[in-house]
This record gives sequence, C-alpha cells and structure tokens, in this order.
Amino acid sequence: MTFPVLSVIVFTPLTAALIILMIPAQRKTEARGVALAAATFALLLSLWVYIQYLTQHLTGYQFVEKYDWLPMLGISLHFGVDGISAPLVLLTGVVMFTGVLISWGDNNPHVMAGIQDRPREFFAFLFILASGVFGVFASLDLFMLFFFYEIAVFPMYLLIVIWGWIQTREYAAMKLTLYLFIGSVVALVGALAMYWVAGRNTGVYTFDMLQLEKAGFSASFQNLWFLPVFFGFAVLGGIWPFHNWSPDGHVAAPTAVSMFHAGVLMKLGAFAALRVGIMLLPEGAKHWSWVIMLCAGVAVVYGAFIAFVQTDLKYMIGFSSVSHMGLVMLGLSTLDKNGLTGAGVQMFSHGVMTALFFAVTGMIYDRSHTRQIPELGGMNKVMPFAAIGFIIGGLVSMGMPGFSGFIAEFPIFLGVWQSQWLVAVIASISIIITAAYIMMNIRKVFFGKMPEKLEGHMTDVTVLDKVAITTLCVLMIGIGIFPSVMVPMVQTGVQHILTLLGGA
Amino acid sequence: MDFLNTHLLSLILFFPALSAIVMLFLPKDETRLLRWFAFAASLIPFALSLALWFSFNPTAVGYQFEEKYIWYAAIGSSLHLGVDGLSLTMVLLTTLLTPLAILASFSVTDRVKPYMMLFLFLETGMLGVFMAVDLLIFFVFWEVGLVPMYFLINQWGSANKDYASLKFMIYTMGGSLGLLLGIQLLGALFGTFDLAAITTNWTSAQGFLLGFPISTVKTVIFWAFVIAFAIKVPIWPFHTWLPDAHTEAPTAGSMLLAGVLLKLGAYGFLRLVLPLYPDQAKEFAWALALLATAAIIFGAFAAYGQTDFKRLVAYSSVNHMGFVVLGIAAAALAAGTADARIAMNGAILQMFNHGLSAAGMFFLVGVIYERTHTRNLNEFGGLFPLVPIYGGILIFTSMASLGLPGLNGFVSEFLVVRGSYPILTPYTAISMLGLLFTGAYILKGIRQVLHGPMNEHWTHGEHQLTEINTREIIVMAPLMALILVIGIWPAWILNVINNAVVHLF
Amino acid sequence: MFTSTTFLSILPETLILILGVILLIVEPFWKVKDPSSGGDEQRRNAGWLTAGGLFAVLVISVLVGRPGDPTSTFGSSIRFDWLGFFFKMLFIFGAGITALLLMDHEKVGRRGEAYMLLLASTIGMCLMASAADLITLYLAIETTSIPLYVLAGFMLTDEHSTEAGFKYLLFGAMTSAIMLYGFSLLYGFTGTTNLYALADAFKSGQLAAPVMFGLIVLIVVGLGFKVSVVPFHFWAPDVYEGAPTPVSGFLSTASKAAGFAVIARLFLVVFHDVAVDWAAVFAILSAVTMTVGNLLALPQKNLKRMLAYSSIAHAGYAMIGIVAVSKLGITSVVFYLLAYIVTNLAAFGIVMTVGRVTGSDEYDAYRGLSRRSPWLALVMLAAFLSLAGMPPFGGFIAKVLVFAAGIQANYIWLVVIGILNSIVGLYYYLNVLKYVYLFRMEKEDEEAHPIAVTRPYAIALVVLVLGIILLGTVFAPWFGFSNAAAMNLF
Repeated sequence: MTFPVLSVIVFTPLTAALIILMIPAQRKTEARGVALAAATFALLLSLWVYIQYLTQHLTGYQFVEKYDWLPMLGISLHFGVDGISAPLVLLTGVVMFTGVLISWGDNNPHVMAGIQDRPREFFAFLFILASGVFGVFASLDLFMLFFFYEIAVFPMYLLIVIWGWIQTREYAAMKLTLYLFIGSVVALVGALAMYWVAGRNTGVYTFDMLQLEKAGFSASFQNLWFLPVFFGFAVLGGIWPFHNWSPDGHVAAPTAVSMFHAGVLMKLGAFAALRVGIMLLPEGAKHWSWVIMLCAGVAVVYGAFIAFVQTDLKYMIGFSSVSHMGLVMLGLSTLDKNGLTGAGVQMFSHGVMTALFFAVTGMIYDRSHTRQIPELGGMNKVMPFAAIGFIIGGLVSMGMPGFSGFIAEFPIFLGVWQSQWLVAVIASISIIITAAYIMMNIRKVFFGKMPEKLEGHMTDVTVLDKVAITTLCVLMIGIGIFPSVMVPMVQTGVQHILTLLGGA
Repeated sequence: MDFLNTHLLSLILFFPALSAIVMLFLPKDETRLLRWFAFAASLIPFALSLALWFSFNPTAVGYQFEEKYIWYAAIGSSLHLGVDGLSLTMVLLTTLLTPLAILASFSVTDRVKPYMMLFLFLETGMLGVFMAVDLLIFFVFWEVGLVPMYFLINQWGSANKDYASLKFMIYTMGGSLGLLLGIQLLGALFGTFDLAAITTNWTSAQGFLLGFPISTVKTVIFWAFVIAFAIKVPIWPFHTWLPDAHTEAPTAGSMLLAGVLLKLGAYGFLRLVLPLYPDQAKEFAWALALLATAAIIFGAFAAYGQTDFKRLVAYSSVNHMGFVVLGIAAAALAAGTADARIAMNGAILQMFNHGLSAAGMFFLVGVIYERTHTRNLNEFGGLFPLVPIYGGILIFTSMASLGLPGLNGFVSEFLVVRGSYPILTPYTAISMLGLLFTGAYILKGIRQVLHGPMNEHWTHGEHQLTEINTREIIVMAPLMALILVIGIWPAWILNVINNAVVHLF
Repeated sequence: MFTSTTFLSILPETLILILGVILLIVEPFWKVKDPSSGGDEQRRNAGWLTAGGLFAVLVISVLVGRPGDPTSTFGSSIRFDWLGFFFKMLFIFGAGITALLLMDHEKVGRRGEAYMLLLASTIGMCLMASAADLITLYLAIETTSIPLYVLAGFMLTDEHSTEAGFKYLLFGAMTSAIMLYGFSLLYGFTGTTNLYALADAFKSGQLAAPVMFGLIVLIVVGLGFKVSVVPFHFWAPDVYEGAPTPVSGFLSTASKAAGFAVIARLFLVVFHDVAVDWAAVFAILSAVTMTVGNLLALPQKNLKRMLAYSSIAHAGYAMIGIVAVSKLGITSVVFYLLAYIVTNLAAFGIVMTVGRVTGSDEYDAYRGLSRRSPWLALVMLAAFLSLAGMPPFGGFIAKVLVFAAGIQANYIWLVVIGILNSIVGLYYYLNVLKYVYLFRMEKEDEEAHPIAVTRPYAIALVVLVLGIILLGTVFAPWFGFSNAAAMNLF
C-alpha cells in the first residue's frame, strides 16, 4: 500500500489544530512551535508531491486515494491531484508556512508584531481553514469538495472578527462570509442538480467527479446550470461584479489571514469554478464563455484603476488582487490551451505574490500602525529586506519578464488573442496602470523621507519574517526564470480539460 | 575551451547577473571591495566579447555562436541566442561601456552594493536584447533592462528624480505595451517565437486575420512596434522623457542610458521592424524620415536653448539619434539598393559612435557636476585655464559629437547622409541644415563652460575647481581612443557591419 | 398473540416505565439535609439516575430491541419498525441529555417530579413514533404533552415560567382538540382507526377531494402546533423563553421530532396516494415557516428567543424533505432531525451553562465568553455553525441532504428559498458568535470570570459536540440508519 500522502496533507493541519487547542492558553510559544512544525511538515509533503509529479512527468490524476464514505449516495473520500491542483497544493503549503512565520511576531512590547492575542485559537482556526483548502484542491468528489470548501470559508469569519483591523472587522467579516456563503450554496444547488441528472443519465448516482465528467449532460442542462455554478464559485475568486467583499475582507483581516485569503482562498474559487463549472459542464462553458470574459475583462481593468487611486496600502493590494484574479478568469474564459495554462500558472504566481505583499504590509503596519500611503515613507532604511521583497512582488505584479507574473500573464493574453483580440487590447491597459501604481507606491512607502512621527519607532523585520520573504521571492523568481518547473505540469492538467471541451 | 566556444554568448550574457547575485553576499560596508568586484565582473564580459569579436567570421551569413535552450516550451519560446554583425557591434559597445560606467561610479558612496548590482543587472538586460533571436526573449530582456534603470534614477538621481523615473518607466512601458500585444498576436498566430520562423511566416502571410485584411493588421502592428521603439530611441515627438531622465539620472546611469539604452530602440527597428514589415516600412518610410528630420532639427534647437549642461547633452542625443532613424528610413524606402546599404551602414555605425561620444559627454558633465554641484551653464565660464586637461578632453569629445572629420562622428553621419540623399533628398537636405545647428549648440556649450570671462567663484577657497583625476581619465581614454580610431580607420568595424547589412537588407 | 416481538416492540417504553418506578421509590431517600447551606446536592442523584437510566435504556434497546421486518403488535395499534425505533432512540437520547442539563438547574433539577415528568413525556413520544392507530396516536400525543405543560410552568414562583406553561397548555389543548376532530372525521368516513387500513381506504379513492383536503387541514393544525410550523408557532418564543432552559431545549428538539415522526408516518402512509395535494400545501408551509422563523430571529437580543425562532425555521427546512415525498426525502428528514436534536440540545446546554452563571440569556451576557471560557466558546461555535449548516458539522450534511431531496423532487424554488433562508440564518448565528469572540466585557478582566461548567454539563456538552462532529464527518452510518427508517414507509 502506498503512503496516503494527500490525506496526510489534508489532515495534518486539522490534527495540528486540535493539538494546539490542547496546549494551555498561556504557553504561546509552544502553540506557535507546534504550528510551525505542522506547517513545515505539510509544506514538505506538498513539495514532495509536487516534485514527484514534476520529475516523473506524470499526467492525469495522481496519488489517488479513494475511501467509500457514503456509498449509498455515491459519496467517497476521493483524493487526487492533477497538473493544475498540484501547484495549488504546494501554494497552500507555502502560504501556510510563511503565514505561520510572519504571525510568530515580535513580543517586544514596542513592536507587538504578529499575533500576540490568543495565538492558540488563531493558529487553530487558521489550520482548520488550511485543511479545508488542501481538501478542496485534492478532492475528486464533488460532495467532499463542497464539504472542504465550506470548512475553508467559515474560519475566515472568526479570524477576521477576532484578530482583524478594529475599524472594519465586523462589517467586513460578515460581508465576506455572506458573499461566499451565498456563492457556494448557489453552486451547491447546481451541483446537486448535476448529481441527479447524471444519475438518471447513467444509472449510477455518484458525486465522483471523474464519473460526472462522463455523465453526458444535455446542452440545455449545461447552459442552464453553468452560470450559477461558475459564478457561485467565482465569487470567491473575486470576479467582477461580485468582488466587493474581497478588498474589504483583505483590509480587515490580520496579516496571515490576508495572505491566506488573497493567496489561497481566491484561488479556491477560481479552481472550483474551473473544476466544477468548466470541467463538468463544458458545453455550458462554451456557450457562456463570453459572459465570463466580459466580467473578467472588466475586473482586470477596473480593478487596476481602483487600485490606482487607493491611499490605503492594503486596499491597493486588495484591488490589485481583483485585477489579477480577473486575469485568471480571463484565462479560464478562453477555454484554450494557452489561456488555461496561463490561468493555472497565474493562480500560483498571484498566490505567492499577494501573500508576499500582505506579509510586508503587515510588517509595516505592525510597526507604524498605519497603512495610509501618505503617512508612510523611508521604510527602506529600517527594513531593507522587506523593501526588496515588496519590490520583487511589485515586479511580479507588473508582469515584468523574469518573474512568474510574466510567465503567467503572457499565455493568458495569447489565449485571449485567439478568442477575442479586442479584450486582449483593452485588458492590456491594466499592465500599464499596474506599473504606475506599484512603482508610485513603492517609492512613497519605501523611499523618500520617513515621516517624523515614525522616526525611531520603526524596527527591522525579524529573522522569521526574512525567511518567509525569501521563500516567497525564490518561488517567484524561480518560475520566472525557469518556467519549465511549473508550466509543463499545468499543461498536462489543461490537456485533460481540453479533451473534455472536445478540442485538441 | 570547447565549453567556452559553445557557450560564449550565454557566458557574456549571464556573467554580470550572476556576479550581481554573488555580490548580494558581500558585506555592504566594504565599498572598495564592492566597487572593484563590480568592475572586475564587468571587465570579464568585455574580455569575452573581444574574444567574440575576433573569432567572429565577418563573411558568414546569418547568426553565429547560436545557442538554444528550452525555456518556455509551452508557448514555443526558447532561449535562443545568436549574433550577427549588427548585434555584435552593439554587444561590444555594451560590454565596453559598462565597465567604464562602473569605473565612473567609483565616486558614488551611497549604498554602493545595490547600486553596483543594479548596473550589472542592467548590463545583462541590455545584452539580452542584442543577443536574442527569439521574439519573446527579446521582449523579456527589453523589459528587464527597464527595472534597474528605474531604480538607478529613482534612488541615485538628483532633485526631481521621482518625476523623471516614473516618466521614464511609464513612457517605456506604455510604449512596449503595443510591442507586447504585437508579439502576443504573432505568437498566438504561429505558435512559436523564433525570429526566423516568424519572419518567414509573417511576411508571407495572406488573407484575413481577426476579421480584417492582413495588410491592415500588419499596418496596425507595424505602428505598435514603431511606437515602442520610437519612444526608446527616442524619436520626436516621443522624446520628452529623455531630457528628464538624463538630467536626473546619476552620471553612470546617463552614460548607459545614452550609450546603450537608446540604441535598443534603433536596434529594434533594424532587427524587428524592417525584416518583419518590409512593405509597411516602405510605405511609411516618409513618416519616419519626417520624424527623424524633426528630431534632428528640433533636437538641435532645443539643445541650443538649454542652460543646463546635462540637458544640452541630452537633447544632442535626440539630434544624433535622428540620423540613425533617417538612415533606417532611407534603407526601408529603397531596400536592396546600394544607397540603402550605405545609409544603413551609416546608421549602425552612428549607433556605435553615438554610444561612445554620448557616454563620454555625459561622463564629462558628471565630472564637472561632482566638483561644482551645478550644471547651469551660466554659472561656469572660462574654466579652461583652471582645468586644462579636462578642457582638452571635453573639446575632443565635443568635436566627435559635432562631426569633425577625422573623428568617428563624421564617418557615420557622412555615410547616413550620403546614403539617404538620393533616396530622401528633401529630408536629407533639411537634416543637413540640422548639422549646422549641431555645431552651434556644441560650440555654445564649450564656450560657456571653458571660455569667456572666468567665473571667479571656482578659482579659490572651498569651491576651487580641481583637475580631472586619473580614474576619470582612465574612463575617458578608451572612449577617446576608439573615437579617434574609427574616425581615421573605420574599415575594421564597417566590415563587420556591412556584411550584416548586405545579408539582412 | 404475545410473542417476543410484542414485548420488544414496547421494550424502550417498558424500560423507561421501570426506570420511572425506580426513581419514584428511590428519590424520597435523597432528602434535603440543610436547605440553607445548599445541602441538597444529593437531590442531583435523581438526575444522575434518570440520565444514567435513560442511557442504559438506550444501550439495551439498541442491543436487543432492534426491529426486523415491520410488524404490527397489540392489535395493530403499534407498529414495530425502524422508523419508530430510530425516533425512539432519538427521544431517549434527548431526554437523557435533558436530564443532565436539568440537574444543576436549581429550581427544577433538585426536585424528583421533574425527572418523572420528563420520563412520562418520553414514553409518550416513543409511543407517538410507533403508533399505528389513531386512538393510540392521540393518547400518545396527550401523554407527551401534559407532562410538558407542567414542566414548562414548573417554576411556580417565576411568572414567565407560569405564563409559558399556561400558554403552552391553552395552545396545545386547542390544537389537539381540532386534530381530534379531524381524527374522528377520518374514522367516520372510513370506519377504521388503523393507519394502514386507512391507507387502503384512500387507495380505493373513497373520499371526495374537498373532504380529504379538509381532513388534512385539521390534522395539520394539530401536528403543526407540535412542530411549530407557521402559522401555529406563536406559542413557541414565549414558551421557550419562559420555560426552564433544559425544558425549552427538550421542547424544541425531542418534542418537535416526535411531531415529525407522526407527520412522516401519517402522511406518507395514510395519505401517500394523494401526495400531490398535500405536498404543495406543505411546500408553502415550509417556505413560510423558514422565512418567518428566520426573519423574526434576526432582531432578537435574547438567545433563548432567538433559538426559539430559529427552531421554527429549522422545522421549515426539515419539511422540505417531507415535501419531496421520496425515500431520500424521508431519509433526509430523519437525518435532519437527528443532527438538529444533537445540535440544538448543545445550544440550549450552553444557554443553560452560561445563564446559570450570568443569570441572563441576553446576548450581552455572552460578551467575552471566548476569553472567560475558551472551551465553552468552542462548543458554542460548533453548535451554532452546525445550526447554520457549516461543515464539518452535522447541520451541513443534513441541509445538503434536504436540499438534494428537494432538487430531486423538482422543488427548485423551495430549495432556493431554503438557501436564501440559510444565508439569513448564517447572519444571525454569526452575530451571536460575534458577542462570544469579538466583544469584551465592560471594564472587566474576562479571565478573572471563568464560567464554571459542572460535571453534568461537561458530560452533556462533550457528548453533544462529539455527536455534532461525528454526524458531520463520519456520516455514512447515520445515513444508513435514517435510510433504514425511511424505507419502512414505502
């Protein structure tokens, strides 16, 4: 029997969460230690899965495990990763690891960075969320996918409400939870409809997605249900016009949660929209792809413009995420090889990039207690390491060649050219807007003169912060210079989707 | 040595970047070590490119020292490098100017480590553009070069650096947007980015594309390419970023900006626009010629009107690069004729020459600025007796820029004019008038700095002007030597260039 | 003929009866020693005995009393099948937990009568679940109700409690009278009181449609009261708020489930062939119930009242399964009730635990709970998220199953209403959690005011939370039981 690596990955955070809860509340360092150990373990395992997939040139669903869960309804605990989800599993591992590192914080009473209030509960909730995320990426069963999807969503509420930014946390947390919940239940209805119709068509009632792929849904059925299912999930992906929760949520969330939120959770939406929407309802996808393209195109440009005018650093990043996730959706909407490949890589690239952004923003905020760009300046002097990290993130965000953002965005645009050239032209405006606001804000925040009231209050980031920043940067540069460490793998996943779409 | 021979280009290309990464681990306070390390690291690519120059076979057709590695198989792009006579010249120019720029930066004391690292990264970016034989790789390095330059201006520039650096960035990125879209379209069409394959497929493409006749599409993309490169060159009226960027950039940054970065634009015309769009280039050559003429005339006028020494030199770049574009326009209009080849030879040589003289001029401006902390021409005057050696060097370099026979500027400008005259008579005629103004502004600059009534401010006390030092002379020496050599005996370099021109156009 | 099956069919009821007798005999020995010094600790033993006894009954019944093929006993007045059995186990479990929760309720739990009433009511519920005859059924309902009237008004000195008991009695008596009228008409038209015989009568189409419709309405009134369906829900909030908290919990869970058990048997067996007619009525009732319950729960500031309205809403969700008139539909209802009983008892358990210390059920009393008692807060989290239908808790699976049944039966509009409602639900459940996790006690150091959790509460809450999580994760066996129960109706 092979080592059930995926279920170990999925349940490691959950187990760790339980262990952490058992630790007495005062022993904060132990709680953090357990968290870090678990995160490292999960990261190593997900890295192992990734490397295995890559080096053995695997294709299709691998590391498959299947346990009957509710055979009567055809629900099984069915795990497996393909070329699209394996990078996302790795991404989750990375974000989890770095999220723990930067939440460790600095107990210096002048700094109080990271999570100092009830770290035990914080890590426990965060890890429950992480388990949910791993579960979604690894699930090949529609029911289990929903199951983990909801698990990934609800801890957000608590994480934001308890440890979030005091001014908006109540509002933002509730808004976020309700948006996501509405989206997911709408998609759930679609999924249940699929279940019944597939059962009637084939005589086998099952939630197994591999079987649902072959269920032969009629075109009218697909056309009817594609939009609810796709948009239901895409809400979490921050698709315009349902993106409103996302910047608010980013801003209100504590640093590590913002990292998870923008880095991983938004991918969850896009991924589920792909896996359930496009892969199970390919005809519907073809029929409606123009709607998605339209919404995504608007998101890309509109998000960039809104980000441009923000004065709050986190809002800026939040809206830039809307814009970048728009690119993912744009890639998905092309339904062709390049676009889908780009979307797959962009999910990873954006995840790492935005995690880095939020990490650095958090480090700044913890020390300066403001995120207003006009009130910041000269951070480069006290935290040069963080500045370099942020700049690299900025370059990725601009789609600068040599970094992962370019590797991801280029094929997306190639794909869009092939289906709707005008959208490509319009969407490309965002590149220049992004460059403008990223460069402007980097200059304002990190260079220039430090405002007087911050003088002397600022300290450099901790060693753990540096480890986190380095990890994230290495990934972005690595993929940027050597795209073949990820792209061929994503392509194997895309190939399967293309088969479902009836194309090449 | 086999490895060296087969990997010469990638060695030259990546050595600076790798050295920069090594520098990351050097202590940041050891400024001497950092400076010498960076200098040494930039000398090695120079040595290698000399080796490249000498083992280059000028008579062979096509690219030499080709290397091809898998890079981005998914979209059909590979790290495909190669040089021909055209790019070889540019590679040599880049590897020559970078060590000089680094040497010129020894006076920088603020954050030496990132400064030097940025220079080395910049070198890799520039070299990559010249070596790329793959459209996507071309674009990658095109953009990569932008970032170090942005930070060099933004971090080590003078007063108005924020505005200038952002303008530089936005202009160039805005310009390259069209290029990016064009490249994407080509890539999407052919599934490959290999330059040779795209050239064949694209020039022979027929029928309809995206619902338009292919010629319309070609025209649109042609202009997208042209604008991207025109901004970089810069061609009037896209030049407004240049004086700002130059003025604010640190000396060495200006040297590379004028010496190499501007050449990227012209190189783009030669490498991509002409081969990919021969018909469109021919059709719109008049427009290019018109803009080039405007650049020459207005550049000269604007230079004359400056009171800032550095801005004066910056506008002179607009003026000089105008000749490059004029040559290109002429070559595009009458591709294949002997006149066209002459114009083309002139344009390419002018790129090289301008690289030498502009770098030298900017450096000399920097030398005096470091001592006086002003670039205002009205605050100088009569400095020659104070700094005779500096004065001599300045006059020598200015003369090269002015196009004095016997120095390199004359050779290339003559070739451009000679080649273009039969093809674009009115434009060339007007441009030759521009040469007159070139003389005017250069002489004005020399007069205001070196001659006239001596400004007593600089003669004594803490403001006493000191003579140019040995290091600075060492920076200028190779430039001056080359200026003179090419002026007297241009054949060694023209040979290489001409061969490429004959095969290319 | 008296066989072992006959005996087994009423095994749980018999055992509870024995337990009650033991309680009556033993209880007087645990005397109040010194009331002034709170020395009536011993009286809690009655609670331990009841709870322990009920769990023993549960275990014994599960071990030896499982039904085989459905059989009728006692002259066809009792049906011995999985549906009844499963519900009986649910009631006994609920009663056991309620006994634990009652124990430290000073005004109720220290008096043996309370436990006796609880047991009596449980016997009634068990009979409700297995009654196969209109008369047995009616008697069972009354056996259930009367002790509950008393329990609701148990705190004689508390005017809310008295009011609650009285209100419950009036509403209950009236609706049960209407239902009885319906039963008598049913007998009058068909000449039989046996449910299965009635079913045959309906199959042959003896009754005119308007008559049938009238009958159904009359019966729905009575049962609607039991499960607090809108518009028969008015009693619920006041009664829940006024009654002793554990009794409210029992009312809102076991008593409601008993109502559903009867609805399921009555409508699926007797009126199965005219399902089209009543399913539409039930669909509307379900939609209205969900919506009204949830909307009224929104503005509440008192946790017990909020839970009262939310339990109305949950009745609405569960009804979707009935509306579906399918095997999965009934399975989902049974599963839903199972999850709901466990979850809601946990919710009331927390209300009881916290209310005992703070003396208030207002939301404000829950400020800073997560700091005062992190574990209690986590239990509350689990319970409320399960109520809201979030995984990995039972409520999620239950809701998905109910919706799945609705979609299978093509009641998409009803499911959509259900979904909209669950969003409203999520909102107010989270709103409570906000008090627990976000808000702080005013000018107090929370950690200096921990909430004491006595042993019976600890046991009850641990059992319930484990149940909530098990239902939400390892759901296959529970689904299997629910399915077995549902199969008996088809």
